[in-house]
Amino acid sequence: MGSTTSNLLYLITIICFILALRFLSSPTTARRGNWIGAAGMVVAIAVTLAHHGLHIGWRIPVGGAIGAVFGAVGARRVRMTAMPQMVAIFNGVGGGAAALVSLAEFHNLTPAPGHLHGDVSIAIVAAALIGSVSFAGSMVAFAKLQELIRGRPITYPGQQYVNLALFAAILAAGIALVAGAEQQWLMVALILGSLLFGVLFVLPIGGADMPVVISLLNAFTGLATSATGFELQSNVLIVSGMLVGASGTLLTILMGRAMNRSIGNVLFGAFGTVQAGAGTGTAYEGTVRSVSAEDVSIMLSYAHKVVVVPGYGMAVAQAQHAVRELADELEKKGVEVEYAIHPVAGRMPGHMNVLLAEANVPYPALKEMDEINPEFPQTDVALVIGANDVVNPAARNEPGSPIYGMPILNVDQAHQVVVMKRSMATGFAGIDNPLFVDPKTAMLFGDAKESVLKLVTGVKGL
Amino acid sequence: MSHYATLVVELTILVLAVFLGIEVISKVPTLLHTPLMSGTNAIHGIVIVGAMLVAGIAGADTLTGWIGFVAMILAAANVVGGFVVTDRMLEMFKKREPPKERDG
Repeated sequence: MGSTTSNLLYLITIICFILALRFLSSPTTARRGNWIGAAGMVVAIAVTLAHHGLHIGWRIPVGGAIGAVFGAVGARRVRMTAMPQMVAIFNGVGGGAAALVSLAEFHNLTPAPGHLHGDVSIAIVAAALIGSVSFAGSMVAFAKLQELIRGRPITYPGQQYVNLALFAAILAAGIALVAGAEQQWLMVALILGSLLFGVLFVLPIGGADMPVVISLLNAFTGLATSATGFELQSNVLIVSGMLVGASGTLLTILMGRAMNRSIGNVLFGAFGTVQAGAGTGTAYEGTVRSVSAEDVSIMLSYAHKVVVVPGYGMAVAQAQHAVRELADELEKKGVEVEYAIHPVAGRMPGHMNVLLAEANVPYPALKEMDEINPEFPQTDVALVIGANDVVNPAARNEPGSPIYGMPILNVDQAHQVVVMKRSMATGFAGIDNPLFVDPKTAMLFGDAKESVLKLVTGVKGL
Repeated sequence: MSHYATLVVELTILVLAVFLGIEVISKVPTLLHTPLMSGTNAIHGIVIVGAMLVAGIAGADTLTGWIGFVAMILAAANVVGGFVVTDRMLEMFKKREPPKERDG
């Protein structure tokens, strides 16, 4: 197949990808959208295989098979709570592939200096740099979410300057490569430097901000992919990569906005403000009231309206099925149950929706923040399951709080609040969430799943 | 077409893709943000085309071949893993019957 025919057929892939993004925007068509995307990918692979200049050999089928098996097994085996990590891994390997394509292309094209067109060398440098940062950054994001390394920001004095100096060195290597110093070692140095930069870039960012980081790195991989298109004069790579680069950037901004933080604050916040905020953060004095599961069961059974506020604690404990069961029991007793979904509850936007959907919670019961907030004053019990920051009234009332200004779920306006939490020193304790010492709040300590199951038994018995 | 004429065409479609990428996802509900991130993650698996092109350069030296081979592994994992994970997420968004009325 000649390149004109291939480019024509690649157009099918491009159309499929655009439709895939469009269909992914609606719950009813999303799954079809994903299949259309996959179909577009199959077309692209088939067209590339049929390209007459391609020497298929053993590397393409064997490499493809190894990667496909790894991808399929990883994606099938992963638990729903670990999905953010999995997205990070698959994103990272994509970035790594883009960097390696650049490395191979550079190695292949430069037997002698002064051989490359300026735009091709710029594309090679850009894809190698961005792809490597995305690979290394994604692996650190994975390690943080998997708790292989601690999720807290890792900082040291002068970190900013180290990162800045490293980035300047990488840029200098890139400029030298583009300017004609087409040395293999310089290319390798650029990739190694970028890998190190990717690690250093993500280390100071806290585990809670990883979704934003993964989204940003996802956009990075898209850009790197697009750049490889300029190396290989491939329109399908340019367009598809850029579609992801653009939509990924928008998604990152939307996620930041949901936390009322700029992307700059998420990425560089640990260097200054957040650190200081955490050190001088207000501790609230007061009595934490602990209650038994039996008491909460009674409270719930005699309520008219209960709003469940799920957070990461529910995801960790895999409590979503138990929560659904509890809601069923309550509905049998005529209690109205709704779910309040904060945009950044859990570790990915939509994380809670995915988990609750897995437990067959019907869509109409899932309410977004703007929809549910006016309903809290008419809510008898707000049941907070493993959420903390997204229900912290300090975000509304305390200008000194590190999360001040973040939109929150106003659970403190409900008649009663039950917070389910793993543990906390009871009695007088200095804590950072005034909700916990609110006289309306009762704390139910223990593993979220066990506690919810106790509630199910309790409600059934009444 | 000369090299630079081609480049101008490439830059044109690049710019159009930027606007299209922003436009096409601007109305996504929060509920679908995770699947969307995962879906776009699968789509940048198109880098597999690049991996195939470098792994399949006729007469390339051994090192280029091996780098291409590793790129193939990574890109294929991105493609297959990306689409399968997205499908698993979306599997849960199947249309369901509205909640049945229960007697109290």
